[in-house]
Amino acid sequence: MDFSHIPILSIITYIPLLGALAIVFLMPREKSGAIKTVATLVAVLDFFVSLPLWWAFDRGSDGYQFVEKASWIPSLGVDYQFGIDGISLVLILLTTLMGVIAVVCSYTAIEQRQKEYYVLLLLLQTFMIGTFCCLDLFLFYVFWEVMLVPMYFLIGVWGGQRRLYAAIKFFLYTLAGSVLMLLGIIALYFYNTTGFLGYKGLGNAPTFSIEKLTAVAQGMPAELQIWLFFAFFLGFAIKVPMFPFHTWLPDAHTEAPTAGSVILAAILLKMGTYGFVRFSLPMFPEAVRNGRVAGLMVTLSLIGIVYGAMVTLVQKDMKRLIAYSSVSHLGYVMLGIFALNMAGIQGGILQMINHGISTGALFLLVGIVYERRHTRMISEYGGLAKPMPVYATYFLIMALSSMGLPLLNGFIGEFTILQGAFARSFWWAFFAATGIVLGAAYLLWLYQRIFFGEVTNPANEKLADLTFREQLTLAPLVILALWIGLYPRPIFEVLRRPSEKIVQIVGGATTEAPAMAGKGSEVGGGAGPSSGADTAGAVRP
Amino acid sequence: MTFAAKASDWILLSPELFLTAAGLVMLGVSVFLGKAREEFLGFVATLSVAITGALLVWVASHPDRKTPILAGAFVVDNFSLFFKGLILLSLVLAILASVRFVGRAPYPGGEYYALLLFSGVGMLFMASGNNLITIYVALETMALSSYVLAGYFKGEVKSTEAALKYFILGAFSSGVLLYGLSLVYGVAGQMGLPELGKILAATDRSNMLMLGILLILAGLLFKIAAVPFHVWTPDVYEGSPTPVTAFFSVGPKVAAYAILARIFYVAFPKFQADWGFVVALVAAATMIVGNVAALLQTNVKRLFAYSSIANAGYALLGVLGFSTEWGLWGVLVYLLAYTFMNFGAFTLVILLESKGYAGESVSDFNGLAQRNMPAAIVMLLFLLSLAGIPPTAGFIGKYYLFTAAMKAGYAWLAVLAVVMSAVSIFYYFRIASAMFFSEAAGARIQSSYALTAVVLICALGTLAIGVAPQPFLAVLKSCVLTP
Repeated sequence: MDFSHIPILSIITYIPLLGALAIVFLMPREKSGAIKTVATLVAVLDFFVSLPLWWAFDRGSDGYQFVEKASWIPSLGVDYQFGIDGISLVLILLTTLMGVIAVVCSYTAIEQRQKEYYVLLLLLQTFMIGTFCCLDLFLFYVFWEVMLVPMYFLIGVWGGQRRLYAAIKFFLYTLAGSVLMLLGIIALYFYNTTGFLGYKGLGNAPTFSIEKLTAVAQGMPAELQIWLFFAFFLGFAIKVPMFPFHTWLPDAHTEAPTAGSVILAAILLKMGTYGFVRFSLPMFPEAVRNGRVAGLMVTLSLIGIVYGAMVTLVQKDMKRLIAYSSVSHLGYVMLGIFALNMAGIQGGILQMINHGISTGALFLLVGIVYERRHTRMISEYGGLAKPMPVYATYFLIMALSSMGLPLLNGFIGEFTILQGAFARSFWWAFFAATGIVLGAAYLLWLYQRIFFGEVTNPANEKLADLTFREQLTLAPLVILALWIGLYPRPIFEVLRRPSEKIVQIVGGATTEAPAMAGKGSEVGGGAGPSSGADTAGAVRP
Repeated sequence: MTFAAKASDWILLSPELFLTAAGLVMLGVSVFLGKAREEFLGFVATLSVAITGALLVWVASHPDRKTPILAGAFVVDNFSLFFKGLILLSLVLAILASVRFVGRAPYPGGEYYALLLFSGVGMLFMASGNNLITIYVALETMALSSYVLAGYFKGEVKSTEAALKYFILGAFSSGVLLYGLSLVYGVAGQMGLPELGKILAATDRSNMLMLGILLILAGLLFKIAAVPFHVWTPDVYEGSPTPVTAFFSVGPKVAAYAILARIFYVAFPKFQADWGFVVALVAAATMIVGNVAALLQTNVKRLFAYSSIANAGYALLGVLGFSTEWGLWGVLVYLLAYTFMNFGAFTLVILLESKGYAGESVSDFNGLAQRNMPAAIVMLLFLLSLAGIPPTAGFIGKYYLFTAAMKAGYAWLAVLAVVMSAVSIFYYFRIASAMFFSEAAGARIQSSYALTAVVLICALGTLAIGVAPQPFLAVLKSCVLTP
């Protein structure tokens, strides 16, 4: 498919916005049925428009693809510039898919102010896709910040008991993190042009182009790189969230409506890790290579993995439990990324997708029983396998995927990350593996408490099993989980070039592709330790 | 000093002269009109400002406007045209926002509008003032009218208190300013700013000069409500009639920034290292005090008073950046954005005014989304802009100021400013939460045509500068003073 004459990325980005505007101006609020239909159609249309990207994308090419460029604020050197590489490609596809699921899963869960709800959901969709498409740092910042507004309202209006607290906490935390990034962007801008604070500028024409600034930033003195790394770090780390910046997450997740939790887990958290791969690593390689900085990052990731898993074990609220498990899972992603080798980075990015699929699905599943029982307390349930066998099956598959069982997606991601981590240090892999054991423990224990045994609570005896619509929201995620679990190669192929580029910049070895993408090991389970884990010590001192 | 007015002088002065005449006519006519006809006065006042605006356009196209007239006391450069435009904008917004309010008030409306116009005249002269005396007299013209406006509700204790506080502290600060001006005059022996700039560039720093600059700075910092000269602001803002408060928060501040910029940019650039240090400390204190104190407010007008103090602090970052191309440019961008967003927010306060003239609490906004959805959405826009969230005017403005601070070497201030912007989210979003998350506290809100017009103008400005800033930025760049 040739998209060279159509601004395909802008079309994908703004379809939800147009849908939202149509609902605002053309549809009376009483017609909630029609509003739902339109919202669904818009989301589905967006998904199908984004799907051809997968085939049109050139996996061997190095640069950004489907690039669109127009001048936006020439006085500042800001361009409207869109374009994607393999990393943004998979995230955009995940976003458009999750957009459909988020709309469909809200039909019955949301009863009040439906018009506003679907408008906000579609707006959020536009801002998220835009963030992944941006090739201009200024534009990226605009999307990055404005994205918070619809999410704030989704939590604050349609959330649970403590929604006000959760909404403002979410907004304040994430905003406080990203404002320093703005200064980092300004500093980059001046480094490229006229200089600042005693640093001599390069005298180039003003620009915010991510491609150009990345090249420029790599040449900055190490000390400045470390400063800027931390200016960007806070915004990304809070979004991920890394330990100890994670405290907003359990509140936001728990209080948000189901669709809000799904989007938060599947997409919004990925903004943080995406920021690390797109900006922090390629822009500030000297900082990333710096022993102390890298050590700090890895330590925080490992603490996140183990601490997150331990806190998850003791949760009594299902949503809170899954929220804390995200802290642990995102710790893996960060560990993989800061392993700074092919296996780690590819695994980290794949695990971003995996976490979106399995945790998104788990939030959907919790939302489904919450709608029936209006409680999220684990102790309220028990023996659900009897009244809801189909539900129990879906839950089992997604729980297994989340804990990293072979044949399912989670295994591939975690295994590749461990490979990358092991290549750097035995102890990194050791602690990370502890997290996997704990993960199995909390998920299986959760499953046991909810589904096994006799139905002790009479309120659970006659719970209806999944409806067709609910199955529709879950089935795509199960298919994806199985597909990635059995045949991850296509995804690794998409991620290979961008990951290689990053590894080249940060100085790791790229010669050996990771086992999962290797020629002879197309089935995930059969890969074994014949991995390309020879990157140990390849990181320059 | 010879003083022969040419015909072209009269043309260049025509906006000011017309507005003065309009104010006088307004005073005379209103005597013969009863209370019932006051909407008509509002219309006349709007029309007068519109005609003044048209005259301003005429002046802008005049070929020899760039040479100072009246023996160098009055100059019509692009810089002054920008400020005059902004002043007339805030004037017309204030008049439109007052129509319903003045109609309901038990006091005559004619003098109200006349005072607004007179203070407008003062501000126009401030924008063009090119020597110390002109600037001072213009400032006083503006200030005296403002004092009376603050006390317009003369039967209300709060309004009278506001007027008295404003007058006493204002008069004191004017005295300080005047003393500073006289010291600088004493050192340089010149009144005109360009001449001062030339002479001072060749003068070494002396204690007398430093004291003069410091006192001028203090006097002006009072007018823009910077810490530690801000204590009058919350009381005056709370006690004044709300349309007047809205006007105070933009018009006089904008005009004060005009003279601050002109004096320090033209006359004192050589001593930037000296006054820059003071301004940096003041900016830091202003941002901290404004934002932190705003967190504690329950009265909306006091909340916005502290918010406007905080905003004055951000704008000082631009003053610090005067040595770079971003500084003055940033101040202009920010003031334009600020006028739209701040006046817009105050107009919503006027719209919700439930208890007479001053009883506005944050809870008045409860459930506004249910009582009037469009109003809630535009208020949200203004709040987002004030908080500096893109894509709004406030973000572009702040971006410029942060850039100026970084470029001028005040990275620590830039860090403080972004952190304080994050803090400001908390109080701005208290209002947002009240509007969208609380249950409705009253009946549906009805707007008037005039108020709707004001809100629409402000919302359009806020959004346009945020989404398509380029045309505004290009024009403002041409309005920067040439040193």
